[in-house]
Amino acid sequence: MDYSQFLYMKEELSLVAVIAIILVADFFMSPDAHKKGGKPRLNTFMPILVLTIHTVINLFPGQAGDAFGGMYHYVPMHTIIKSILSIGTLIIFLMAHEWMAREDTAHKQGEFYVLTLSTLLGMYFMISAGHFLMFFIGLETASIPMAALVAFDKYRHNSAEAGAKYILSSLFSSGLLLYGISLIYGTTGTLYFDDIPAGINGNALQIMAFAFFFVGMGFKISLVPFHLWTADVYQGAPTMVTSYLSVVSKSSAAFVLMAVLIKVFAPIIAQWQEVLFWITIASITIANLFAIRQQNLKRFMAFSAISQAGYIMLGVIGGSPEGMTALVYYVLVYLVATLGVFAVIAIIEQKTGKVNMDDYNGLYLTNPKLSVLMTLALFSLAGIPPFAGFFSKFFIFMAAFREGFHLLVFIALVNTVISLYYYLLIVKAMFINKSESPVIAFKSDVYSRIGMLICLAGILLIGIASIFYEVIDQFSFGI
Amino acid sequence: MNILFLFVMIPLLMLAGLWLSKREKAVKAVMVAGSSALLALSVALAVMYLGERSAGNTAEMLFRSDLSWYAPLHIAFSTGVDGISVAMLLLSSVIVFTGTFASWQMKLQTKEYFLWFTLLSMGVFGFFISIDLFTMFMFYEIALIPMYLLIGVWGSGRKEYSAMKLTLMLMGGSAFLLVGILGIYFGSGATTMNVLEIAKLHNIPFSQQLIWFPLTFVGFGVLGALFPFHTWSPDGHASAPTAVSMLHAGVLMKLGGYGCFRVAIFLMPEAAQELGWIFLILTSVSVVYGAFSAIVQTDLKYINAYSSVSHCGLVLFAVLMMTRTAFTGAILQMLSHGLITALFFALIGMIYGRTHTRDIRELGGLMKVMPFLAVCYVIAGLANLGLPGFSGFVAEMTIFVGSFLHTDTFHRALVIIATTSIVITAVYILRLVGKILYGNHVNEHHLELTDATWDERFAVICLVLCIAGLGMAPWWINDMISESMLPVLQFLK
Repeated sequence: MDYSQFLYMKEELSLVAVIAIILVADFFMSPDAHKKGGKPRLNTFMPILVLTIHTVINLFPGQAGDAFGGMYHYVPMHTIIKSILSIGTLIIFLMAHEWMAREDTAHKQGEFYVLTLSTLLGMYFMISAGHFLMFFIGLETASIPMAALVAFDKYRHNSAEAGAKYILSSLFSSGLLLYGISLIYGTTGTLYFDDIPAGINGNALQIMAFAFFFVGMGFKISLVPFHLWTADVYQGAPTMVTSYLSVVSKSSAAFVLMAVLIKVFAPIIAQWQEVLFWITIASITIANLFAIRQQNLKRFMAFSAISQAGYIMLGVIGGSPEGMTALVYYVLVYLVATLGVFAVIAIIEQKTGKVNMDDYNGLYLTNPKLSVLMTLALFSLAGIPPFAGFFSKFFIFMAAFREGFHLLVFIALVNTVISLYYYLLIVKAMFINKSESPVIAFKSDVYSRIGMLICLAGILLIGIASIFYEVIDQFSFGI
Repeated sequence: MNILFLFVMIPLLMLAGLWLSKREKAVKAVMVAGSSALLALSVALAVMYLGERSAGNTAEMLFRSDLSWYAPLHIAFSTGVDGISVAMLLLSSVIVFTGTFASWQMKLQTKEYFLWFTLLSMGVFGFFISIDLFTMFMFYEIALIPMYLLIGVWGSGRKEYSAMKLTLMLMGGSAFLLVGILGIYFGSGATTMNVLEIAKLHNIPFSQQLIWFPLTFVGFGVLGALFPFHTWSPDGHASAPTAVSMLHAGVLMKLGGYGCFRVAIFLMPEAAQELGWIFLILTSVSVVYGAFSAIVQTDLKYINAYSSVSHCGLVLFAVLMMTRTAFTGAILQMLSHGLITALFFALIGMIYGRTHTRDIRELGGLMKVMPFLAVCYVIAGLANLGLPGFSGFVAEMTIFVGSFLHTDTFHRALVIIATTSIVITAVYILRLVGKILYGNHVNEHHLELTDATWDERFAVICLVLCIAGLGMAPWWINDMISESMLPVLQFLK
């Protein structure tokens, strides 16, 4: 056996090492043993440090190649998307410090990090899969620990309920997905991504296989009409887990969907474009209409995330390299902006327990910095220049337009106006509305501040500096 | 470095300066320094531009530079100016400068107010120096969003409603616009988003032009208060704080007319000639309907806002007439209306700041109480109704003469309909002046009010001088812009 093929999976290996280190360290450095003034310092700093090291050493793409007879397939683009996911996880770890230091969660801090990183590992494998079996194992590795994370605040009724909802809908979608995969195997006789296209001729069974596969992925990405679990789970889960779900989990699934569609289902592109066309319109429009009425900000962000997923599908639909670049770039921008919003939601929830939009009335007067971050992040999500969201939206529209989806782009654009309306509602609450009992002024901890600064820098710089786009563009591929 | 970059750099520096300044004095110092620098810069640019032209430089655009930005997508930050952009930059800097002084009495959250104000002006300047579809669109949107907070936080009346309405309608317009821009780019097959290059290629298929032209024109037209998309304008202007109304009516609405001219008609001349009649009818409705609406309003700002709808409609009307004289008139009208309406809004803001009412039924006899403001108000009113000697006369005269050059019944009929707006304008202006300035005072308390302070006088005098200057010596601005019409006219039959 040629051991050098392990080098193709250096990202996974290094992540496994990170998980092992944290697991062992958690074993020896439980907060009870190392408590200094009640603050388990080492346990926040250490995971962040090792994850940072992991992210930095894996920042640069290597050579494309296959391992294990094609089960594992690596292209440089994978490094880009994996780095984006790692950075997202890193920001979430930074912002989770305050939550982790809380009395009821402090003793299971290690579990949070290990579970989160396990799902990340699953996503890594899913992204680089060259075979449906590997793909499915990755997907499940990403899903099952996620359910435990959703139910992390298990003493809270909501959280437990959300965990149950998540695991049930996730299993259901996995079942559908698996059924689709089995149909593919039945009609083509292989599960290798490289070999399947030769056997795809567009017969009814294969269309059905695609449909089942797509429904399964639609659940993970929470596209309309497979989005019904989203709002409840987002609301019930601990805020940090919600942000992980809406950013890291969704981004990886969207990327994988595109990779599989353009590789495996390339011969039936006309069919899946048709499906995607209607799904995209439904996701963007329906989620937007629902978001308008939300009061709870976590629910609000759930619907916002569904509609953003619809925009991400605009990059998928053309199946072109430009589309992939736009998609990955969009995901990067979406990540910093959404985490910026969630950072504010989380920290205010942490300090005051308030998560409703009315509670944010007059926030600018008491906490100007948080309000400014929130505003810029929301502007970025709405696609307002000069923030990064404008560029990512423009490029993803451009990619879809290039492939001839003029009407789709137009509908999506009209929807950006609706989305601007509900994003502005929060801005209005913070800047314009007055409040009798505003959120008190407070100082956030140092870790959260670093996390928020990263988000802010991302929102301001990723658009203006074209380097990010150009790097992604070098590695993108399409049909 | 290209001189045009300064138009973006200075506002950026101002933003940084404002961010760092702690006290109100520092904020105002930054604003005065920055807006004076912008004013000086645009005057210097005009002088340099005229110098280049008289030295025999016949390029379409001067001070060109292309800064490659998103290379894989052929997006560059391309800048360049012709006579029209120079004129618009001059107008913008005058309004930003006077707007700063008109906001001198701003007490609430001064720093934040000026931050958004500066961001807004950065968008405006950036738009006028760009000749690249992407950056034009970007700056266009940068100029829109600060309006929401400027009106929502510092406005008056139904400010939340107006702010949301304005923002959403303009953003809706920009959604149309973006589709139009992408259509132009991909339809032309160009490998750059540079407007000049796309115009040079001149190969957008006619069938596609018929789709992208209306989208682009409506997209810009929303900002130019094109009927029936003008409804944001009265509410928005009425609720906005003084300087924001000035900047918005004075400059931002001109982005619409300028964009229609520079993008829609320049790049898609065939469709413009084919479909122009639809929009001509709509603009004629704007012109007359706006004027009639102004008659029945009782709020000073609403009167002026509807008057703006009418006069900005005239800009689009002239642009669609597509003759050289009409184009010249359109540009002159943009400048003239920008200055006059800014003066109006400034004066209304000052009067409102004293009387705390804008309802004309509660005002009267102000000439005795605040003579300076009242006299300037008369001047603004007369300029607005087109009295010779002020800029309004020059602009409207040129437009109507240019439009009447068409010999067919349709165009001439529309010109005649549009001309009636002059009379209607006279009706509401004279009635207004008579009611609030002359006559007896209505409210006892108004007798104790004071006249303008030094900063207010300064802002007002600047604007009056500009209006009179443009009205008495229009030839120098005419010389500057007339050559710049040629690239657009070359494709029009």
